[in-house]
Amino acid sequence: MGPPEAHAPSPAHATQSWRLTTQRLPTDSLESLLLSLAALAVAAILFGGFVALQGYDPLAVYQTLYLGGFGTRFSIENTLTQATPLLLTALCTLIPARVGLLVIGGEGAVVLGGLAAVLASVALAGAPASIGTILTISAGALAGGFWIAAAGALKHMRGVNETISTLLMNYIAVALMNHLISGPIRDFSQTLKAQSWSIPNAFMIGNIRGWSVHWGLVIGLTFCVLVHLVLRHTTLGFSFDILGGNRRAAQMAGLPIGRLMLLACFLGGGAAGIAGAVEIVAVHGAASESLVVGLGYTGILVAFLARQNALAVLLVALLLGGISASGGLLQRRFDMPHAVTIVLQGLIFICVLASNASTGRWRRSSR
Amino acid sequence: MSDSISRRSLLTGAAKVGAGTLIVSTPSRMFGQDVKPITVGFIYAATRNDYGWNQAHAVAARRIAALPGVKLVEQERVPETVQVERVMESMIQIDGAKVLFPTSFGFWPFIQKIAPKYPDVLFVHAGGLWKEGDAKNTIGYRGYMEEPHYLCGIAAGMMSKTGKLGFIGSKPLYFIFNNCNGFVMGARSARQDATCQVVITGDWDNPVKEAETVNALVDQGVDIIVANVDSPKVAVETAERRGIMSCGYHTDLSALAPNGFLTGAEWNWAKGGDFVKAWQTGAPYPNLYRGGFRQEMVALSPFGKAVPQKVQQAVLAARQGFLDDTLKLYKGPLKDNKGNQVLAAGQEISNTDNAFKLNVKWLVEGAIGSTGLQ
Repeated sequence: MGPPEAHAPSPAHATQSWRLTTQRLPTDSLESLLLSLAALAVAAILFGGFVALQGYDPLAVYQTLYLGGFGTRFSIENTLTQATPLLLTALCTLIPARVGLLVIGGEGAVVLGGLAAVLASVALAGAPASIGTILTISAGALAGGFWIAAAGALKHMRGVNETISTLLMNYIAVALMNHLISGPIRDFSQTLKAQSWSIPNAFMIGNIRGWSVHWGLVIGLTFCVLVHLVLRHTTLGFSFDILGGNRRAAQMAGLPIGRLMLLACFLGGGAAGIAGAVEIVAVHGAASESLVVGLGYTGILVAFLARQNALAVLLVALLLGGISASGGLLQRRFDMPHAVTIVLQGLIFICVLASNASTGRWRRSSR
Repeated sequence: MSDSISRRSLLTGAAKVGAGTLIVSTPSRMFGQDVKPITVGFIYAATRNDYGWNQAHAVAARRIAALPGVKLVEQERVPETVQVERVMESMIQIDGAKVLFPTSFGFWPFIQKIAPKYPDVLFVHAGGLWKEGDAKNTIGYRGYMEEPHYLCGIAAGMMSKTGKLGFIGSKPLYFIFNNCNGFVMGARSARQDATCQVVITGDWDNPVKEAETVNALVDQGVDIIVANVDSPKVAVETAERRGIMSCGYHTDLSALAPNGFLTGAEWNWAKGGDFVKAWQTGAPYPNLYRGGFRQEMVALSPFGKAVPQKVQQAVLAARQGFLDDTLKLYKGPLKDNKGNQVLAAGQEISNTDNAFKLNVKWLVEGAIGSTGLQ
């Protein structure tokens, strides 16, 4: 894992850097964009070499990747569906990263969000559909939010490393869900697979008219834009950045460090919790192992590739959604093993982390 | 790494053999005819070369691909979630598949969800779950594996030195009980005092528990095992390592136990090729197809080198009995392992009496252990 402060200015000119944050923005963005594109290009070349070594034609492989991810209307719908949860789980890493925390607990927050959604919806059965759906999703947000905020509290009060704690909390969340769905809230009429009670049908959200993409996409898009606005254009976002840039400077400026940390964690966890709740109300209708498919972990990748920029998350989620949407087609057309798309994702991740290290270097040397 | 290569080559080898036999048995008029090209998609929940459920289907896929005009597309490691809907739709929309074989048991509800949307596509599912009201363009098919288990039992009964056998089951479900009963009855038809320890692990796939169970059984004096789990690979290998004999399940496992392998109960999912042909030509097809040897839904693995001619002949004679329908699996007098009478003397259950088999929630006399049901 890369250092969370990687995007932040180096300590030497940290104290004055927060003053300059907004003014230097265009150069920063351009540099980030160029570096991201370079990282993607390097990953693409490496992956091309990898598949060529395996005896496939790299160009044909990329053509198939495009066809499966974006080539037809069905592919695009598939990509959007795959990207939807990533929009939200990326925020779980992105928002805490702005205050300098490296949170990788998205997976656990998704699971808890899903569980809370099921419990809330069952308790709310009989309520009007729209209110029921909103409260169900809110329950997911609260559960995910408090879950990650707990890690933030541990960090602030006891100095527990948030990366380790959120990673381990993922296992706790999954174990908790497995316990609940194999006993206390299990639907025993489902004999083949352990799953929870089903949520009332009225609370399910359907597809966007004329598309086979569910409304979760709109929720995800809205959140990314909102988060971007908050982070870029409010004093809260500015405070986050100061805290993330230099904790002591933030302290000297009189910022409430603890509250900011907890809030950032809560917002991040809340986004992942919504992702879990949306999976329940839009796709599965019940909690089961289907929630544990790596949405949270892929979200980390999205956040890093987007360089903790909420708008860039939109594009990156689409890219990774497209890669996973076309994974099956690669298998079918080339008889490639399932793991090939994971290799591609891994290469992208490594290249992006490596390019993080050169952030600022180009700028300094060009001065 | 070399292990996986040998597995893959084994798989293709098996397919070639299969294809070979199929070409021999295909009516010659099939050739020379112009057949409509058709794309067939196979979807697996795990890897194709798992020495188990998925491999059995992958072998069948290769036999079906050898049919005239058939093009095969495959995707593995598709979870039993909404993901499989997308894979099915992707195969239909991007690959132009007209017949789909989503092979995992848990794919069924997703098949029913999207089948009405694609009336020009046939969905064939290994499970025999079709019931009135389900989509007409879906088929459920399944084999009576208790019949080849009976044959394995005969071999085991004749070969065992201790008279103690072991049966490892995954879930407490009717077909696992039927297989166990078949195995025990076969063994006791060859050796009256044979007993069989029955262990239900509770998981489709739990290699650690399966290996532990085999070790425990060997320590108790069991000298032949059969494992009804998703991939019996670990159980059969553990048995081989401990120097006891084993029978296979799902697909041909003889390569895993060169010394102790007797024979095995195999599916013949390639029967699904009949449905493909029917869909290609517009001929009628059944929505539900179940059967044993007589209906070509099950098969017997090649005998291991440890099995003498005498045993092979006894096993093959019993198989002929199933083929001719002269041998009934469940016939009286029959008691369960709690001493209750199940069938009176002279009572017989037809080998295709599905209702009876679905209600088997007991183990026959000679089985030691319980179903695990309340």
